[in-house]
Amino acid sequence: FQVGLLVSVKRFFLFLFEIRVKPDKSGVVTDGVKHSMNPFCEIAVEEAVKLKEKKLIKEVVAVSCGPQQAQETIRTALAMGADRGIHVQVAGKDYENLGPLQVSKIMAALAKKEEAQLVILGKQAIDDDCNQTGQMTAALLDWPQGTFASEVSFEGDKLKVVREIDGGLETITINTPAVVTADLRLNTPRYATLPNIMKAKKKKIAIMKPEDLGVDITSRVEVLRVDEPPQREAGVKVETVQDLVGKLKDSGLV
Amino acid sequence: MWCGVSAALWPVRCRSFLLQCRNICSGNVGRKSVVDGVLPSFRSVCGEDGVSLSEAIREQHGKDESVHKCCPPDVVVFPRSVDEVSALAKICHMHCLPIIPFGTGTGLEGGVGAMKGGVCFSLRNMDQVLDLHVEDFDVTVEPGVTRKALNSYLRDTGLWFPVDPGADASLCGMAATSASGTNAVRYGTMRENIMNLEVVLADGTIINTAGKGRRPRKTSAGYNLTNLFVGSEGTLGIITKTTLRLYGIPEAVVSAVCSFPSVQAAVDSTVQILQSGVPIARIEFLDDVMIDACNRFSSLSYPVTPTLFLEFHGSERSLEEQVNTSEEITQCNGGSDFQWAKDEETRSRLWKARHDAWYAALALRPGCKAYATDVCVPLSMLPQIIVETKEDLIANKLTGPIAGHVGDGNFHCLMVLDPNDPDELQRVHLFTERLARRALAMSGTCTGEHGVGLGKRALLVEEMGAQAIQVMQSLKETLDPKNLMNPGKVLPVLCPSQSKI
Repeated sequence: FQVGLLVSVKRFFLFLFEIRVKPDKSGVVTDGVKHSMNPFCEIAVEEAVKLKEKKLIKEVVAVSCGPQQAQETIRTALAMGADRGIHVQVAGKDYENLGPLQVSKIMAALAKKEEAQLVILGKQAIDDDCNQTGQMTAALLDWPQGTFASEVSFEGDKLKVVREIDGGLETITINTPAVVTADLRLNTPRYATLPNIMKAKKKKIAIMKPEDLGVDITSRVEVLRVDEPPQREAGVKVETVQDLVGKLKDSGLV
Repeated sequence: MWCGVSAALWPVRCRSFLLQCRNICSGNVGRKSVVDGVLPSFRSVCGEDGVSLSEAIREQHGKDESVHKCCPPDVVVFPRSVDEVSALAKICHMHCLPIIPFGTGTGLEGGVGAMKGGVCFSLRNMDQVLDLHVEDFDVTVEPGVTRKALNSYLRDTGLWFPVDPGADASLCGMAATSASGTNAVRYGTMRENIMNLEVVLADGTIINTAGKGRRPRKTSAGYNLTNLFVGSEGTLGIITKTTLRLYGIPEAVVSAVCSFPSVQAAVDSTVQILQSGVPIARIEFLDDVMIDACNRFSSLSYPVTPTLFLEFHGSERSLEEQVNTSEEITQCNGGSDFQWAKDEETRSRLWKARHDAWYAALALRPGCKAYATDVCVPLSMLPQIIVETKEDLIANKLTGPIAGHVGDGNFHCLMVLDPNDPDELQRVHLFTERLARRALAMSGTCTGEHGVGLGKRALLVEEMGAQAIQVMQSLKETLDPKNLMNPGKVLPVLCPSQSKI
């Protein structure tokens, strides 16, 4: 079963570092912060590469939308085993306003253009936690979707997906072509090793603009303000249980 | 608690030592008023938030993961830069206040206890990864960066820092204790992997041990100050930056397990594997008591005999060769049940026993605490010392499963003990002293990885001999004449005018 696979990767802060809001409250401070691939995107890439190693997939194409630095993220995907990359250039204000709807339009256009049979994304990105792009892409393509995947396998020409849901695990079978979004326990992503990073430098990254795909990226969403969560205040010590109950009643909690 | 006093007098001296320690710790009135006096200066250096007197914070900074009792400092400060560290040190120096550097508090030898009170410098707010040079394989980090955080940071570069002690420790703290990990046999310990240090001395002077910003892969320039401070456990200066040597992440990894009929057979295999030139990455030994504990804890079914856990790093092709050579060697030595695996999930399953060893040992006697001994001997002595140690454990009815980095000749007895049983405490204490002396008698060391800290100072004297100790004392007196840097650690206090701790 030889299919082409698109995997979408997004670049954001390395999850270790503290996020600070810009003084003008328009967003978060991005200068000087170490960036890395979104953890769920790493899991998506790993799954794509694993499917290729099992010879169920012919080719893995890594896609990222963003400014010049998005190419670093694509290179990491290439070092993990993707075959080639596509960088859809979106910079400056357009990038700040880029949201799931526009990305899913781009992914849908690329899926058609590349004749992909499978599109894998991370279930959500850790900057906005939207958890929408995969689902919107499936809707735009009118393809079935297997979201929150913790296990993916082929059964003939159908895809069996085990999904993590609130009640436990749900197993579904969907037709291909399909969209899958990766959840945490799908796999443990490999580290990019030096030799593979060197090889990745020779792999091709095609560059294009959203207009080349006929996609309009104007945003229908306007961010009004970004605030930090309220600072934690000092607690109050009380002497007796009666005091505690009294204070709880005073603040209307009891 | 265990400060290396002679065994016969231990109960008496211990009691008086504990009283003394309590007096010192719970507030020397004179020192307390000095501390109160400098608080405004501290606050002007590192801000209101950067100084803490709260009991909870001080207690948190007065203990580590050893069995030594908590000895909280008088105050904890949180500098944000090397300049703040220097300014604070100058104030402490002027007022003769002890300085105790603190990284993550994951030490195993009581190194952060404030034996004479004083000021704990918690360096966790200095948490930047600076100056990564991928092509030169080096990176400089501040004390708040732990080894796991660094490796996460490096993940996209194809590089890693391989020294991996059990805890997720501060890298500068690892430098201070000359830490080591399970893959020292291939990648070395901190000693071999530090290229430069930025250190603040007791009087606030800032030095760079290899010159500011310098990071050549090798040098013949001047005295080796870098390795003077590595392993000094905060007694010579506060480490505020360390420049580390990085390695390429292995292309592929294979893990293997093999059982042996005897300790001798396991060690012989280790020696022969090393001699055959296999660049083995990890070679860990678990004795039969430990394997039995692991079987029970993790529901495994390894044969209950001495066992080796091996790990190989390299390219796909070289791994095949490495594994085949090693398997042959183990077979020649009576090894059996050789299993190996390449994929992540199976490898984790194979090594689960080794990873859970600490918890498996604790589970042998629920409600008890564990203490790890840490001696290191030349490889050829390993079978003898392990056999004698096991006999000692049995004769003294002690629970001490053994796990070790056998490729380095380093092993740990995980002593599981009831902290409320004074008789058992004493038997464990005497056992660890005998073990250390056994290792010394075999040309080894009383501490392979954990450091000297509080409990092994007398053993250090035995190990080094009076002349070498005298040189160490002279260095200490030169760099820290007022004995402010982490007093009471590493070197026994010899000067009669200072209170004997």
